[in-house]
Amino acid sequence: MATDLPPGMVLLDFIRYQQHLVGTKIGCREGDCGACTILTGELNNDELQYHTVTSCLMPIGNAAGKHIVTIEGINHKEGLNPIQQAMADAGATQCGFCTPGFVMSLAGFCLDDKPATKENAIASIDGNICRCTGYKSIEKAAVDIVEKLKDKKEAIPFVTEQKILPEYFSGIKERLQRLRESINADTLKDVAGIKETPHFVGGGTDLYVQKHDEMKDATIRFLLHQPELNGIAKEDNKCIIGPSATVSDLLHSAIIHEAFPDFHRYAKLVSSTPIRNMATIAGNFINASPIGDFTIFFLALDAQISLTPNPSPGERGKRTLPLRKLYKGYKQLDKTPEEHIDKIWFELPGKNTLFHFEKVSKRTHLDIASVNSAIHLKMNGDVIDDAGISAGGVGPVPLYLQKTSEFLKGKKISEEIIHETIKTAQTEISPISDARGSKEYKRLLLRQLIKAHFLKLFPGILAESVLG
Amino acid sequence: MKNIDSYTHVRGESVYLDDIPVVNGTLYAAVFDSPVAHGKIKSLDIREAAAMHGVVKIFTAKDVPGDNQIGGIIPDEELLASTHVHFCGMPIALVVAETDEAARVALKKIKVVIESLPVITDPREAKEKGELIIPSRTFQIGDTINAWHQCEYVFEGRADTNGQEHLYIETQGAYSLPQENSAIRIYSSTQGPTAVQRTTARVLNIPMHQVEVDTTRLGGGFGGKEDQATTWGVMCALATYHLKKPVKYSLQRMEDMRMTGKRHPYSSDFKIGLNKDLKIVAYEATFYQNAGAAADLSPAVMERTLFHCTNSYFVPNVKATAYSCRTNLPPNTAFRGFGGPQGMFVIEAAIAKAADALGISASVIQQKNLLQTGDEFPYGQKAESEANECWDKAVELYDLEKLQKEISDFNHSNKQYKKGMALMPICFGISFTKTMMNQARALVHVYTDGSVGVSTGAVEMGQGVNTKMLQVATNIFSIDPAKVKINSTNTYRIANTSPSAASATADLNGKATEIACKEILKRLKKVAAEEFKTSEENIDLKDEWVYANGEKTMWEWKRLVFETYFRRISLSEHGHYTPPDIHYDLKKEKGHPFAYHVYGTVIITVTIDCLRGIYEFDSVKVVHDFGNSMNTIIDIGQCEGGIVQGIGWMTMEEIVYDKEGKLLSNALSTYKVPDIYSVPKEIDIHFLATQKDNLAIFRSKAVGEPPLLYGIGAYFALRNAVKAFNPSADIPYDAPMTPEKVLMSLYHPFKK
Repeated sequence: MATDLPPGMVLLDFIRYQQHLVGTKIGCREGDCGACTILTGELNNDELQYHTVTSCLMPIGNAAGKHIVTIEGINHKEGLNPIQQAMADAGATQCGFCTPGFVMSLAGFCLDDKPATKENAIASIDGNICRCTGYKSIEKAAVDIVEKLKDKKEAIPFVTEQKILPEYFSGIKERLQRLRESINADTLKDVAGIKETPHFVGGGTDLYVQKHDEMKDATIRFLLHQPELNGIAKEDNKCIIGPSATVSDLLHSAIIHEAFPDFHRYAKLVSSTPIRNMATIAGNFINASPIGDFTIFFLALDAQISLTPNPSPGERGKRTLPLRKLYKGYKQLDKTPEEHIDKIWFELPGKNTLFHFEKVSKRTHLDIASVNSAIHLKMNGDVIDDAGISAGGVGPVPLYLQKTSEFLKGKKISEEIIHETIKTAQTEISPISDARGSKEYKRLLLRQLIKAHFLKLFPGILAESVLG
Repeated sequence: MKNIDSYTHVRGESVYLDDIPVVNGTLYAAVFDSPVAHGKIKSLDIREAAAMHGVVKIFTAKDVPGDNQIGGIIPDEELLASTHVHFCGMPIALVVAETDEAARVALKKIKVVIESLPVITDPREAKEKGELIIPSRTFQIGDTINAWHQCEYVFEGRADTNGQEHLYIETQGAYSLPQENSAIRIYSSTQGPTAVQRTTARVLNIPMHQVEVDTTRLGGGFGGKEDQATTWGVMCALATYHLKKPVKYSLQRMEDMRMTGKRHPYSSDFKIGLNKDLKIVAYEATFYQNAGAAADLSPAVMERTLFHCTNSYFVPNVKATAYSCRTNLPPNTAFRGFGGPQGMFVIEAAIAKAADALGISASVIQQKNLLQTGDEFPYGQKAESEANECWDKAVELYDLEKLQKEISDFNHSNKQYKKGMALMPICFGISFTKTMMNQARALVHVYTDGSVGVSTGAVEMGQGVNTKMLQVATNIFSIDPAKVKINSTNTYRIANTSPSAASATADLNGKATEIACKEILKRLKKVAAEEFKTSEENIDLKDEWVYANGEKTMWEWKRLVFETYFRRISLSEHGHYTPPDIHYDLKKEKGHPFAYHVYGTVIITVTIDCLRGIYEFDSVKVVHDFGNSMNTIIDIGQCEGGIVQGIGWMTMEEIVYDKEGKLLSNALSTYKVPDIYSVPKEIDIHFLATQKDNLAIFRSKAVGEPPLLYGIGAYFALRNAVKAFNPSADIPYDAPMTPEKVLMSLYHPFKK
């Protein structure tokens, strides 16, 4: 379908109030409840892939060329599909308001290429909040669905043959290919010709929380699907990340996985599946939250970014700077409104490099950190050659702990050094009390997270001695 | 039987307030609310906003034709602030526009000048200043003053619990439509359609018969839509009244969170005395309820705090006093448990304090003091107790001794991780404590094709009450469930309803349905008896067939129905039910306020990561008194959901207001409810099935609120785990036990 509605309008409003498909519910409009979860299908190297997204944070501009699936689109004409049947049988629906979101997330699980395990099934609904059931019945339904998928090899033929999803899914790939050809010529109008500086929108997951009202009619340049802004590549010992790469893209990247074997554990602490499917790394940097998880992650790696003005003047107008230099003050960046990130890179960890990320929040998952921290140590035997340590939630900007990092260089790890490291870190931070905790708590928590780094990276250290 | 709504729920076809197709000409409302918590309105300028594109009209207090008053129990809350504002989020003006967007844009152009007045957020401060909603109340049994010297041990302390946001996933909302002769139909997401009707009539100065309120279902209520849904229904009706247009208002999440009240925070003092056998001899408690800026349901909530101040224990000498303190927060309101949990937390804190000081497990004291049948509650009712049965069954079934040993072994061999366990017996009275509200009506129609329509005063909000009503009708008529339809809750069909609350909805409305169905059944049997020339007692209906003298006849259900109609006998009945034996004397504070009590015991185990201060609940093991459950799927669901909501209240759900009374935890990003990863790894629920007679529908005891109380055990399990790491930790009895509080007490005192 085509629409003349403003591309900044969120898909949720389009679905409910333009298409009158009211099975998709509104719970929070900030990606925190999952009641509006839908599926987007897109061609990726000619492979049709489906992702769950929260439609409250997705501008329709980002839907161009995609198959958008709401709960109405997975209903059989009559009766229940096996996902729905499992939910009903398990008593996994009480007031029912969150239910379509859960069903859509589980549909996304059925369409995913990941192994059909209980763990993955539960992970697929990590962005859905239910206030009635206490989730146990939903877990039961998820297990039931896993059972139905045990012979799954290729997702789409399987789910259509097994009548898990309607038959029409088998024809979508071809339809998207045709759509791609037809819209190539007349894709979303680039706003290059417009005088006013556009808003840059990546995944929109933060922008649409912060500036929901403003974005609908804003002039927007959509960055998410620009090929030159995507991808994760390795060049020599550097990892180059396209600013529009999503967290899920990182999760699927062999390069990232090799460099950070625990990456999936870190990512599990960051938002939820549908948000990770949309949220970009550059977006996390630019929203300038003092507590951005991936900002903290990449700060410890001393990542570099390249900024380019819009419209792009070519290489001439570009400039590069270390990520740690981007932050000037609370929500203030060394970036003009015309500039956007066009490249992110960092030195890949070598054999002797240690890395770890820690995060604590009120709710362990799907929450914003009270404090987070990452550490990156280059070892020479048992001596630290080079160090980078970062901390979020303890100052007006995401902090690269310069003095602490310096302090660690040339040191051998001992209880005494850990103690001194913590002491130094405490001099570099200035937490404030807010809804995420008191300033005293944040100080204590950073101390603990630094301890956690060392306990994790140096298994020889006894918890007894460090825990105190 | 599965929840009958599950088919449309899982297909996304259930209709909630915001899903009702809008009719042509519908206008959209949005409320302009106070930016400050207390003050005098010096000026209100709506001119610029009113002139904006798409804005139809802006209403203020001046536009209220009747009484500008929405207070249910006490008339102390204006619909729209006229001269003063009393809390941040108090409605001042109502913008009505052609689109939702236009209404919200206009809100930003309204200018109000408010002269600030002192703000109180703390209930103890309010009490000091004499800011009370109602006079204090005291429940008393025995004589505490003379009991203290009989005590071997006496402990005093303070216990606080914070509020809780309902966080129904469907926000509040209403949609009103003008009808002929100036009548108004209101679709409302409310637990109390009659409250919406009554208050609309009062505000608009029209008779109640002009106001039809219709509720199909709610996307969650939990008490938050008992009284506080009324505001939005009345707002829309006010605009419809003036404009003769349909008006809709579906609140955005942040509006909902900042404008509506929550579970009452309480601050309390306790004093407990035990004899050398660890029997509780005396207990005194003073409760300071943070009522917020207006009464709302606070007096009733306060009353239930007193009713449940001794939880599941028998205490011969009790004096409990409660103050409902007026502060400048949004009026706090009903929330699952309705003040009961706040009262029980305090006695559990008192017991924990005693146990700590005596160096024993709290469970020793808990067990020794459980209610026996015949024991008297402080309010005079005698217990018919299942407390010991539940406790003993839990200890045996879940092998408490083994669990305790496992935890102790674990804690000895682990430094970074510590486990804690707590038991929590519960006792919850079923009935509205306001005796008058214990009444319900049902309207049952049998149509000539044999299908049945049932209307009651019950509102379906996920608790499965529609399914239970359907079970009542199908059981009595012995017909296929597909033949029965449960209709929306509508004030034109069922009048003067009590809200769906107090866990009593299925009991009251189920009994009313039973009465109506049985009356129709009697008429049907009479017709069959005449036809088959036998007496009515010899007629049976089984699986849609008529049996006479035990023999299957030629008449099936449909034929019987038609024959009855043909004989001009009514196939409709309006049933009315009120439970017997309920009374209460407010002067003496004695009586028999509850139809029955629900009992249970939980064992909760938690593991703390002492490095990070985070935790996971390993298991929740329950023996719960269901009576004779009429629907195990629904009842288990209520139990699991209640437990997790209770754990949320005690752990991560933290309401934060600043000193100026502004809500900081005002969105889902700052107020966290349990997600799928934070729930206990294991929840075991054992049904204590009893065949004893009780006043519940089909002897299936009420199940809505009691399970939430198990969550209180989570707090004490966490506390015990912290103590395993830091035995000298001085942990105030102050819930919720957030990761912050856990970490701070693990490392108390912390030097940077």
